[in-house]
Amino acid sequence: MKIIVNGEALEIGALTLAALLDDLGKGDAKVATSVNEAFVPKQQRAEHALQDGDRVEIVAPRQGG
Amino acid sequence: MPTFYGTEVKSRLMLGTAQYPSPAILAEAFRRSGAGIATVSVRREAGGDQAGQDFWALIRDLGVAVLPNTAGCYSVREAVTTAQMARELFDTNWIKLEVIGHADTLQPDPFGLVEAAAQLADDGFEVFPYCTEDLVLCERLVEVGCKVLMPWGAPIGTGLGLNNIYGLRSLRAHFPGIPLVVDAGLGLPSHAAQAMEMGYDAVLLNTAVAKAGDPVVMAHAFALAVEAGALAAGADPMDARDMAAPSTPVFGQAIL
Repeated sequence: MKIIVNGEALEIGALTLAALLDDLGKGDAKVATSVNEAFVPKQQRAEHALQDGDRVEIVAPRQGG
Repeated sequence: MPTFYGTEVKSRLMLGTAQYPSPAILAEAFRRSGAGIATVSVRREAGGDQAGQDFWALIRDLGVAVLPNTAGCYSVREAVTTAQMARELFDTNWIKLEVIGHADTLQPDPFGLVEAAAQLADDGFEVFPYCTEDLVLCERLVEVGCKVLMPWGAPIGTGLGLNNIYGLRSLRAHFPGIPLVVDAGLGLPSHAAQAMEMGYDAVLLNTAVAKAGDPVVMAHAFALAVEAGALAAGADPMDARDMAAPSTPVFGQAIL
């Protein structure tokens, strides 16, 4: 299916958010996630099924003021 | 030292982590500043990008409390979702809540700010709202659960100092029991000292240190200014007056 990850279109085989993170090499990284503008907690990623057209955001700690 | 949501911090100086020439200079500036709180943000990271992971290791080593922000958010929904992601990432209920209303001034959107603060406070967050010095806005923020207020001195990144002395002084007088932090717009250590002399509990700054020619020395300068201003506030400054008053005794002066 096709989804949007951090603003970029992606063809993916992963069926869940957790599987997507694994495929992107972020399975163990310090990141937080949202799908379609709603926060998805880490412990819910494995059950969170992805749908065609989903907009996924993956964020990490960064410099801030 | 100020206490924010039950946690006493080790310094009245809160420092941002952005725009430093290098990670090493950031770390040294923090050491020289004595700051007890570092502000951080969350940003996209995918693919092979490891910047966030490296940055987190650097911040952890500073040994300071972390205050994540919602910088760049213009809507309540963006700010709330960003706060939720930040809470999980940084394992803290603290959030520096920014809901921006205007792109040129980065002025907070007071209406969205109150709405987002209410939602987050209900969800267990401890909200540090980046606000204007508007008294009514600040009353609303306290009503919805904010136990800290962070009015701007001037627009973010301008270095203009305290633009509305009267408004900031009024706020201090109106909220004697609420920790008040001047957040944003400071450019010089004297601006920070001025805020402290007015009885503010702390200052939060970033650009003034990070974009100085020598951020490490400037961090030290701000640390001294904040300490001097806080000491002065505790020493009950004299009242200003319009007419001169001789400091040397008039009595006993020779008649020549």
